[in-house]
Amino acid sequence: MLEIKNLHAKVEGEDIEILKGVNLKVNAGEIHAIMGPNGSGKSTLSKVVSGHPEYEVTDGEILFEGEDITEMDADERAHLGLFLAFQYPVEVPGITNKTLLREAYNTIARANDREELDPLEFEDYLVSKLDVIEMKDEFLNRSINTGFSGGEKKKNEIFQMAVLDPKLSFLDETDSGLDIDALKIVSDGVNKIANDEKAIVLITHYQRLLNYIKPDFVHVMMNGKIIKSGDIALAEELEANGYDQLQKELMLNGEAQ
Amino acid sequence: MSEETKALESMIGEEYKYGFTTDVEYEEFPKGINEDIIRELSARKEEPEWMLEFRLKSYRAWREMEEPDWFNATYKKPDFENLLYYSAPKKKPKLDSMDEVDPKIRETYEKLGIPLEEQKMLSGVAVDAVFDSVSVFTSFKEKLAEAGVIFCSISEAIREYPELVKKYIGSVVPARDNFYAALNSAVFSDGSFCFIPKNTKCPMELSTYFRINNMESGQFERTLIVAEEGASVSYLEGCTAPMYDENQLHAAVVELVALDDADIKYSTIQNWYSGDEEGKGGIYNFVTKRGICKGKNSKISWTQLETGSAVTLKYPSVILQGDNSIGEFYSVAVTTKKQQADTGTKMIHLGKNTRSTIISKGISAGQSNNSYRGEVKVGKNAKGAKNYSVCDSMLIGQECGAHTFPYISSENASSSVEHEATTSRVGEEQIFYLMQRGISEQDAISMIINGFVKDVLKELPLEFAVEANKLLDVKLEGSVG
Repeated sequence: MLEIKNLHAKVEGEDIEILKGVNLKVNAGEIHAIMGPNGSGKSTLSKVVSGHPEYEVTDGEILFEGEDITEMDADERAHLGLFLAFQYPVEVPGITNKTLLREAYNTIARANDREELDPLEFEDYLVSKLDVIEMKDEFLNRSINTGFSGGEKKKNEIFQMAVLDPKLSFLDETDSGLDIDALKIVSDGVNKIANDEKAIVLITHYQRLLNYIKPDFVHVMMNGKIIKSGDIALAEELEANGYDQLQKELMLNGEAQ
Repeated sequence: MSEETKALESMIGEEYKYGFTTDVEYEEFPKGINEDIIRELSARKEEPEWMLEFRLKSYRAWREMEEPDWFNATYKKPDFENLLYYSAPKKKPKLDSMDEVDPKIRETYEKLGIPLEEQKMLSGVAVDAVFDSVSVFTSFKEKLAEAGVIFCSISEAIREYPELVKKYIGSVVPARDNFYAALNSAVFSDGSFCFIPKNTKCPMELSTYFRINNMESGQFERTLIVAEEGASVSYLEGCTAPMYDENQLHAAVVELVALDDADIKYSTIQNWYSGDEEGKGGIYNFVTKRGICKGKNSKISWTQLETGSAVTLKYPSVILQGDNSIGEFYSVAVTTKKQQADTGTKMIHLGKNTRSTIISKGISAGQSNNSYRGEVKVGKNAKGAKNYSVCDSMLIGQECGAHTFPYISSENASSSVEHEATTSRVGEEQIFYLMQRGISEQDAISMIINGFVKDVLKELPLEFAVEANKLLDVKLEGSVG
């Protein structure tokens, strides 16, 4: 579904590369976890893949279902079925969640020659998704993320994911700032959404999340590259020994710079 | 500048759609101002002696006044000797019937989306059309008269209802109030008059559409709205002008009087020509608007959407004299290119338990400068007075400015005054967030702006909310494909 080849990227107008040759392949039905310390480039990767204008790709390419999306605008990528759950969901005062989601849903439907939903149909559809994340319907009429608690914002991201029904979702540190109850609700939500036709990429610092959402693959990112890939055992090893230990081992083996 | 900001800037720089000129024959006075011009003006309008006296006294006061310069704006001061103080399309003797309106002028209003034929108008909206110095047509007069409502040009009111006009004109904005009010009081050429008698709810929305056409004329209109005990009215003004390289002066005075239990809602959609990219041309919009809640339980509400003009200086205010009276000010001021706006309100609490609300939203883009200036004053007898103010500014791009100047003074300890202010930038993060959800860049920007101004636009009468949204769209959308 997603194939990232030798991806290099930097902040537009600056010299320092943040991504230094990322390679990643994600197939339908798979859940991947990307772990790594602060500043390793995990969040940048999710933004570059979803088309954040602040970043410039300097080398490599991003293929989505075989199509090169490296230069596409963010909204076109969303139309193809790419979703990013933000680490810091943005507040947009004066526009309700419901308005945003109806606009978004129908725009995506139009782009894919699917039928749009009228306001009443959409209302029913929306309400049917509330259970995914144990969300109260009052959320629908509140301004986007405005005055939401940190946990509510993260839940809202997963709710939006449920409504827009993307093929591939990047979840950027969705677990950070959540208490244990909220973490469970969010994880349950993601598990309900996940199926054989969808792919999910979790970006996280902590192994904690992976107790609730079981990844098929775990990747460790450091210094702008994926330096090691494995299964859930890799996450457990990291949790036990830390990133430093892994880096030392790899250096001994001559696998990292 | 990032791609987003550039896109935003170009959307906002959308071309002005009302900038055409109408070729009509004018009758004009010579340029400049003196007592003879004023006498001639008054005679032309067949005014009574007291009106002429009012004008002359105002003129003499104005001569002695200094042009103010405390605004947060810089501009070339108007040359008062080089202005036309009276410029009216040549007309037939009476304009009461549609057939007597110059077809070219009728066409002009059609083009502006204001058809003058009653059957084509928005149902439930009566229009007074002011073209340069004079009112050219007022619709639905008969229908309003049945309800006892007087709605006509101020010139006609001075002739037909002199006692009413004499009683109220200058009672809220005295001639000596300020430099531009004094000038207006001396030379005002036309405007609208509305009188809503006791216990009458005005059966339709009233509106005046102001059009400046002549390049060299100043427009000095005078509006007076009186709502007697228990009366209520909703009034709206709209404004456009052609594009000229020279600045034109628009110096209006609006006075509102609300007696016991009366309710006046005054809305403005101001879209004067704002000048070009270099800041050349555009209207100077120097306006004095003030209402008095004279009676107890009365209410005056100002709502304004200010998008045009090269320079705007205006502070629609409410004097809360009657006990339990309410003053409101809802404002969206949009400045782009090199526009400058210094606008806000004054709420003067005199009566007991008076309440005021101020919601001001400023949007600045391009190299424009947008200032909110507001004063809340609580007098010593205003026991239990309450004010709540919110001033939010939104910046688009890096070269514009937003400023807030709140002045608060209270002489009564039992009053409460609350002021909140925020400044935000239309962030790339906000745009990216919405685009990531599949929404186009243009729609994302439009959504963000609409969300920002929603609290104000919802105060506009329903009939005009659509127009306001369209205007914002024209101003803030369009060119990104």
